[in-house]
Amino acid sequence: MSYFLRRLAFYVFTAWAALTINFFIPRLIPGDPVSALVNGMRGQIDPAQIQSLTVLFGLDKKQSMWEQYTSYLAQLARGDLGISFGNFPLPVSEVLTQALPWTLLLIGVTTVLSFLLGTLLGVFAGWWRGSWIDGLLPATTFLSSIPYFWLGLIAVALFTGVGSFLPASGGYEPGLVPGWSGEFIDSALRHSLLPAATIIVASVGGWLLAMRNMMVTVTAEDYITVAHAKGLSERRVMMNYAARNALLPSVSGFGMALGLVVGGTFLVEYVFSYPGIGLQMLDAIAKHDYPLIQGIFLVVTLAVLAANFLADLAYMALDPRTRKEG
Amino acid sequence: MKTDPVLEIKGLSVDYGLGNQAVRAVRDVSLTLNRGEVLGLAGESGSGKSTLAYGLTRLLPPPGVVSAGKVIYYPPGGEPVDVLSLTPAGLREFRWAETSIVFQGAMNSLNPVYKVSTQLIDVLEAHQPGMSRQARTARARELLKMVGISEDRLDAYPHQLSGGMRQRVMIGMALALEPKIVIMDEPTTALDVVMQRQILRQLVDLRKRFDFSVLFITHDLSLLVEFSDRIAIMYGGRIVEQAPASVLYRDSLHPYSDGLLHSFPALRGPRRDLVGIPGSPPDLRSMPSGCSFHPRCPKAFDPCSVDVPVLGTPADLQGPARKVACWLHPIRNSAD
Ligand SMILES: Nc1ncnc2c1ncn2[C@@H]1O[C@H](COP(=O)(O)OP(=O)(O)OP(=O)(O)O)[C@@H](O)[C@H]1O
Ligand SMILES: [Mg+2]
Repeated sequence: MSYFLRRLAFYVFTAWAALTINFFIPRLIPGDPVSALVNGMRGQIDPAQIQSLTVLFGLDKKQSMWEQYTSYLAQLARGDLGISFGNFPLPVSEVLTQALPWTLLLIGVTTVLSFLLGTLLGVFAGWWRGSWIDGLLPATTFLSSIPYFWLGLIAVALFTGVGSFLPASGGYEPGLVPGWSGEFIDSALRHSLLPAATIIVASVGGWLLAMRNMMVTVTAEDYITVAHAKGLSERRVMMNYAARNALLPSVSGFGMALGLVVGGTFLVEYVFSYPGIGLQMLDAIAKHDYPLIQGIFLVVTLAVLAANFLADLAYMALDPRTRKEG
Repeated sequence: MKTDPVLEIKGLSVDYGLGNQAVRAVRDVSLTLNRGEVLGLAGESGSGKSTLAYGLTRLLPPPGVVSAGKVIYYPPGGEPVDVLSLTPAGLREFRWAETSIVFQGAMNSLNPVYKVSTQLIDVLEAHQPGMSRQARTARARELLKMVGISEDRLDAYPHQLSGGMRQRVMIGMALALEPKIVIMDEPTTALDVVMQRQILRQLVDLRKRFDFSVLFITHDLSLLVEFSDRIAIMYGGRIVEQAPASVLYRDSLHPYSDGLLHSFPALRGPRRDLVGIPGSPPDLRSMPSGCSFHPRCPKAFDPCSVDVPVLGTPADLQGPARKVACWLHPIRNSAD
């Protein structure tokens, strides 16, 4: 329990530090790009929105740093991240809530799937060394060594085109309105198949290799021999003794990968024009949409922290040696 | 001495590797474990003691393979079992229920992610599926008590136990199904001398209560002299001498046994000079011709480097059953 609280405190502290850095960066940047934009759009933006941008980017030089900082935190607590210039007049929070589900669903689900698939294959490959599953290894390693950009483009070239079941780009059929209609969900699923497949193909090899090698290491441990000597079933020895221990290093890696779901997806979304956070980020950079860039940074940071916290919890649940009894 | 064998090893050979890469770590070993006795197996590091234990329980890690021989288990009042030709399912049933092992690396013999109770109980689950949960837990508690560990350690994880406690847990676990044979491969080597003796004394008590046989492997001959009934000495993969413990201690026939006896200070009995054995154990890849001990043997003479001496009862002795493989003590005849 004390371990849990200490980890929690650590993550809360880190999140606070990230928010604070996010506060200082625009104030340290020389020049004043945001106030130029705000001035350029005066008359179109309502005063409340100007006020929120002022707080976020420190445009009001008369306020003390401390006053700026407290009103910045208070504004974040309300979820007000300013307005997006690139998507005028949508507020940043609105842009983010539209883009996030796409990224979380596509990349989140595929990250989990490729972790599960790769790890399970790794268990088998490490347990039955020299079997056909073990023989997959060179192929999967080759696939994961191809730069993702290439893999994506090759997939688009091979599997999409006129008359193909798989669309080449986008998250859904352009005419449809996002919602819970069957037609929309069907279209969204169809659009996600190819990007999902390429992500899994590209990342499954890494999990497989890591798990296989850990299995090889763990099966040489004394407690595995003991488990055999005890006459336990092979499945039990493989899963509860070998895989259970071999999994531990992969859990940290999985936390890292989950953290990158939100922030590390530019390539996928770029190649497939998929309407997620990554695509918004590229767009925001091209349009000098500072409020949106800042909002995305914030979300990415918090996502990385949350994922690592989850991985920590999982590790704690899986490895009794990390728990301090007390 | 009555001979009521519980386990018979006949001409067992174990190789590591296949074809001409293979090294033979155990050579043509024949050994009988009698009901209720403690048979000690001693020899320098690398003499093949663990390999023999792994071989007869079919736990050899690759690339180890049994290349010749038989292992026969005699269940009380049942048909003899040919251990080496058991089917996988039969082998699983045989393991732990008839023959359990406490391993050399007992420090790492417990799975670090499961509680002691889980690891005691899963062997009961595997072998006695009919047992109720309460009965299993009660049995686990009883096993811990048997080896002198308080019951509240049932919920402990291995890393929360001391080395000696882990060792006791392993011994308790080894007795979970009341096997007829317990193999102990240097079960106490990593512990201090006081703890070693305490655990061994406990083991001797338990053996009296539950009447199992022990194959006790160690390189510390003085321990065996104290705790075992018979001792077999291993060198270069072969058994070179075999005798009742007290006889071997008083009057060993093989120069190697003699050297071993003088390599350890005896805790009891008269002081002996520590001499040790000059030279180093043989290389399995290029074993000396004849008796593999002859390059290091102070008493080597002509036949030693030419012919391999066969293990048998020496002609110059009438005493209790003992065997030696040494040209100084030619065997009686080939009938043995
Ligand atoms: N996996 C392996 N591959 C090749 N050779 C091996 C392997 N394991 C053991 N050996 C060899 O087999 C011989 C016997 O090893 P073994 O472990 O049985 O010795 P031991 O008598 O138990 O020694 P110790 O007292 O150190 O435990 C040694 O020479 C060793 O080098
Ligand atoms: Mg050994």
